[in-house]
Amino acid sequence: MKTDSSKSNLPDKSHATIELLRELVAHLRQHRTELREEWARRITEAKLLTAMSKDEIFAEATSVYDNYVEALETGTFEALQAYARNLSERIIPRGVQTDEVVGIVLLLRDVLARSLFAKYQTDFNLLNRILDAYEPAANRIANTVAVGFVQERERIIRQQQEAIRELSTPVLPVRERLLILPIIGVIDPQRARQLTEQLLRGIRANRARVVVIDITGVAAIDSHVANHLVQTVEASRLLGATVIVTGLSPEIAQTLVNIGVDLGKMNTVGDLQGGIEEAERLLGYKVAPIQDSAHQVVVAS
Amino acid sequence: MSKIKVEACVSVASDTDIVNARRQGRALADHIGFSSSEATLIATAISELARNIVHYARDGEILVGMVNGDSCPGISITARDSGPGIPELKRVMLEGFSTSGGMGLGLPGVRRIMDEFNIESQVGKGTTVTAIKWKR
Amino acid sequence: MAVPILKQSHYLIATIQAALTDADLVELRDALVARVGKFRSRGVIVDVTALDVLDSFASRTLRDIACMIRLRGAETVIVGIQPEVAFTMVQMGITLEDVPTVLDLEEGLAHLERKSRH
Ligand SMILES: Nc1ncnc2c1ncn2[C@@H]1O[C@H](COP(=O)(O)OP(=O)(O)OP(=O)(O)O)[C@@H](O)[C@H]1O
Ligand SMILES: [Mg+2]
Repeated sequence: MKTDSSKSNLPDKSHATIELLRELVAHLRQHRTELREEWARRITEAKLLTAMSKDEIFAEATSVYDNYVEALETGTFEALQAYARNLSERIIPRGVQTDEVVGIVLLLRDVLARSLFAKYQTDFNLLNRILDAYEPAANRIANTVAVGFVQERERIIRQQQEAIRELSTPVLPVRERLLILPIIGVIDPQRARQLTEQLLRGIRANRARVVVIDITGVAAIDSHVANHLVQTVEASRLLGATVIVTGLSPEIAQTLVNIGVDLGKMNTVGDLQGGIEEAERLLGYKVAPIQDSAHQVVVAS
Repeated sequence: MSKIKVEACVSVASDTDIVNARRQGRALADHIGFSSSEATLIATAISELARNIVHYARDGEILVGMVNGDSCPGISITARDSGPGIPELKRVMLEGFSTSGGMGLGLPGVRRIMDEFNIESQVGKGTTVTAIKWKR
Repeated sequence: MAVPILKQSHYLIATIQAALTDADLVELRDALVARVGKFRSRGVIVDVTALDVLDSFASRTLRDIACMIRLRGAETVIVGIQPEVAFTMVQMGITLEDVPTVLDLEEGLAHLERKSRH
């Protein structure tokens, strides 16, 4: 069963409206050149899209214009929506702002409305009906373009935030089969989730058998994040890696106990250095003195 | 709550249907843009609910659909059957309660991994579980 | 049989290749138990790399496999749980506590070797 309630067609149009829109579309096609030029001129005049050159503005204006007429003609918005996304993707990195995009679409609406006034000024009745047919479609188009832009912008911002987060939570492969995850700062549930996903992928990619999670840099966690820490330890085990937690502050230890964690079952070591030593022991490396030398070296057993 | 736009409805009466239902759920989750680990959560939730239908009600259906929240889209799962219903709703939501020697993890687990969870059941009439995961 | 079971010296290796129905899982369990007896295998590896969902039923069946194999004097190790699957399992509350799990087939064999040396 497939129900389809969100098809992006215009709301039910009467036969008369369709006729009017058809006439409108013919008019826009016929005057494509001058209307486009007028629009591009008004964009420059209003100091919109200042990050773009005149030629670029004209080229984009042409595409938007054609998509706009098509949306009016077919009543479907997919192509326009796709174009709006694509346009946004190109112009957002150049610093174009939301109000500029909304501004140019409103300008186009205005340019077209004016040309309709000029054409039908003698027949006031027809003009009114044409505008009645045009308005809702034009508003919907403006809306589509603006929403497309805003969504794209949000998506880019989110992407950047994620990139920053990735940077701030490195999973360090310090030696074969050993990963260190030093966590610094405040952990909210979202970041905790990301840390876990990164760690689990890291275990797989590095074929890690031991992981040291160092939380010396974390002041406190709430019970939600504490729970998450426990889940991370369990999930790591499912992938075959043993987790050692180091740098547990007394406050965090208390939080863990409060949510019912048996600290005795959790592999905890005082500090990072001790954690790494314990990890090496688990991996079967041992710290052994070498004869005739005051140095200690780590050898694989 | 916002309106659900049902994208697929799978009738569930055998264990192959369970596999089919979760495959459809994952496909929709991918389509909505959930990450692969969220899609795994969603597929797992469907698996649990579909299996409960097969085990306890013999047959029923799973509906997966899209919902629009206040600020983000989501996926909704509805599992409904006209089976025997659940006499002790409170107890089945406690971890470890099972009438079939199972782990009793299904329903509490689904509630935990989804963002919204609702269960309605009437003895002799049937059971409907609805769960939503938001795409943040 | 939906899951091929390979005999390699003292071990049995079951490699799951696609999503399994509950019946397939139960069939796998019974086949493994029977063959461990028949071949006097020392260990069993169940490779779940291809599974994109490990729900409560599948987990319980894996746990049952490990238990029943242990009763027959052999070891079981689960290999290849995907990161997303592992994360989902723990959030569901499934921990497979008493079943050894390792990264992949190679580690699985190494695990069984270590066990049989002891
Ligand atoms: N659709 C249903 N109709 C009737 N009873 C149900 C239904 N779903 C669940 N139940 C009842 O609720 C109990 C708990 O369900 P839940 O899925 O949490 O655990 P389970 O199925 O017993 O075990 P598990 O899911 O861990 O294998 C079941 O044992 C069953 O008695
Ligand atoms: Mg169940």
